[in-house]
Amino acid sequence: MIFTDFVFYILASILLFAGMRVITSRNPVHSALNLVLAFFTAAGIWVLLQAEFLAIALLVVYVGAVMVLFLFVVMMLDINLDKLREGFWDYLPVAGFIGVLMAGEMVLILGSNHFAIITAVEKSAGYSNTAELGHVMYTQYLLPFELASVVLLVAIIAAIALTLRDRKETKSINPSQQVKVKRADRIRIVKVKSETEVAEVIEPAPTDKPRGIK
Amino acid sequence: MDNIQYDMITALPEIIVLSMAMFILILDLFLTDKTRFFIYVLAQFTLFAAAYFTLTTHTPSVGYSFSDMFVDDALSDVLKLMMYLSTSLILVYTRNYIKLRGMFRGEFYALVLFALLGMMIMASGQSMLTIYMGLELLSLCVYSLVAFDRDNVKATEAAMKYFVLGALASGLLLYGMSMIYGATGTLNISQIAAALIDPTLIQSTGSHPVLILGVVFIVSGLAFKLGAVPFQMWVPDVYEGSPTAITLFIGSVTKLSAFAMVIRLLAQGLQPLALDWQGMLLIMAVCSMVIGNITAIAQTNLKRMLAYSTISHIGFLLFGLMSASLNGYASAMFYIASYVIMSLASFGIVLLLSRKDFEADKLDDLKGLNQRNPWIAFLMLIVMFSMAGVPPTLGFYAKFTVLQAAVQAGFIWFVVFAVLMAAIGAFYYLRVVKLMYFDEPVDHTPIQPSADMKIVLSINALALLALGLMPQSLMTLCAYAITHSLQYPK
Repeated sequence: MIFTDFVFYILASILLFAGMRVITSRNPVHSALNLVLAFFTAAGIWVLLQAEFLAIALLVVYVGAVMVLFLFVVMMLDINLDKLREGFWDYLPVAGFIGVLMAGEMVLILGSNHFAIITAVEKSAGYSNTAELGHVMYTQYLLPFELASVVLLVAIIAAIALTLRDRKETKSINPSQQVKVKRADRIRIVKVKSETEVAEVIEPAPTDKPRGIK
Repeated sequence: MDNIQYDMITALPEIIVLSMAMFILILDLFLTDKTRFFIYVLAQFTLFAAAYFTLTTHTPSVGYSFSDMFVDDALSDVLKLMMYLSTSLILVYTRNYIKLRGMFRGEFYALVLFALLGMMIMASGQSMLTIYMGLELLSLCVYSLVAFDRDNVKATEAAMKYFVLGALASGLLLYGMSMIYGATGTLNISQIAAALIDPTLIQSTGSHPVLILGVVFIVSGLAFKLGAVPFQMWVPDVYEGSPTAITLFIGSVTKLSAFAMVIRLLAQGLQPLALDWQGMLLIMAVCSMVIGNITAIAQTNLKRMLAYSTISHIGFLLFGLMSASLNGYASAMFYIASYVIMSLASFGIVLLLSRKDFEADKLDDLKGLNQRNPWIAFLMLIVMFSMAGVPPTLGFYAKFTVLQAAVQAGFIWFVVFAVLMAAIGAFYYLRVVKLMYFDEPVDHTPIQPSADMKIVLSINALALLALGLMPQSLMTLCAYAITHSLQYPK
């Protein structure tokens, strides 16, 4: 027990440090990387709490996918953080005071003895909470689970409906039209009379438009 | 999950709406602009089919399904029928408008149906989780519908405001729900109510402060969704900025779902804490009436004026809810139903007066409407009288029942105040009548509504008069829904 407590405090302090660095670092890329570190240590804490599925999901989804995308966006955008952070230190004392005050008030009102906390039951060695989660998700929580998938579907539809537009200047081609093309659409046979000798044509009078440029 | 067949039957209307929304989405790919009208027919058919199955599977008893996360009771069925009817009217009113603005696409109808699904889930939610999922489904659809007219800068701005503030409100609501969950240990609405009257919970754990804080957050979230003061900031901007077709949607049918959410959360789940939330609703009701009615006087934009009028109507609705009695809830339901009918008609007329590249959203656009088209002016007259609460229109009875419930609950002085506010509100409604009948028209373009829209709109507006003369039918329906669904443990 002592050892797990020790690991918890180490992870918690790394998490807090990383969280602080996310908002204090001057370089947005560093902020994003610190956020990755924060997620990673949070996953470690979840493993300590025997929530291994959540820990893996956090690593795979947030660290693996979301944050990598986020990093790309941050690297591509040219953000001048100094402008965004103007006045940060001026406001810090007031904001910090109010923050501490609010936290203190919340602790006073919402001590843990107010919640009906159910003490965790020790599980046997072969217990897998991934399997348990899968079980309740498709039985007891079927309806909210399906609704969540509908919400995601709506998000896809909305994103496409709001952003996809046919741009006039694209050179994209429609494959089905391409396949359906007939010889007559592409080739036009023009009968040209064989060359005969004619009298020399007089050149038209030069205009003020320079030739060769449309 | 012992009885999947029963689960499916209770959720049959939802399943139909969901499958049809997806079908419409796919079918749209194969349609050309000429045949796209079929999508509209299909959407109307979906509403009809859902209504048919809601009616045929209706029983007065309360049925729980999906592990008690979903409820099929009289309240949900009646509210769903109202939702189908108003969505159907919305589709009729908006068809021409969206065609002229290049919004007549399959996604529009799919998103409307998905939003309807979200509202149906909210009406049937029996767990805080389901209610929240329904709310998110609805909100996501509405945000994107507001921005649907993509080249309209004002609409995009409105969508952005709506999205940011809506996300904040969802966060408040969720925070409140998490506190209630932390204090009671359950997400299920009826189990919460049972836990709250269990004296051992409150005394042994001393969780009252957490519960109160949870109620505060939940009430704030609900007030935002309803648009009550002090969470009303988004209402005028979103109403004005959205394409009128979407304003019609936000202003009418979504209020039914917000009402359903209030009943499920406050009247069903947190009823034992009624003493705590009654006061909050009272303050919000009074402020909504003052700010809504007085600010509406200063508006020159018709949509903005109607937005402030919504805020004041929500004030009246809260008066009914505040009584925290079955009578009060029934009168609040009667009020919201009447409000939806009025709001459909009023925005329907704004849509009817709009043309290509022209929005009839200024008060001046109504000038001399009587000379341009006496029939539409007459319909607008009924709607405005009803909104102002002039007898014998429906609006009068709606206000009357709500205030009666408040008197019974002992809020006599506040009722006197509400009547005063209604009198102030009558000014700006009657100003619209004055503009229509006594001013010279500035715009002489002939009004050519499509036949179906004109007929449906006439029925809609005349219903205000008919139901005003015979309010018993609607009142009985609301009382039936409330008394058969809310069962308080003795």
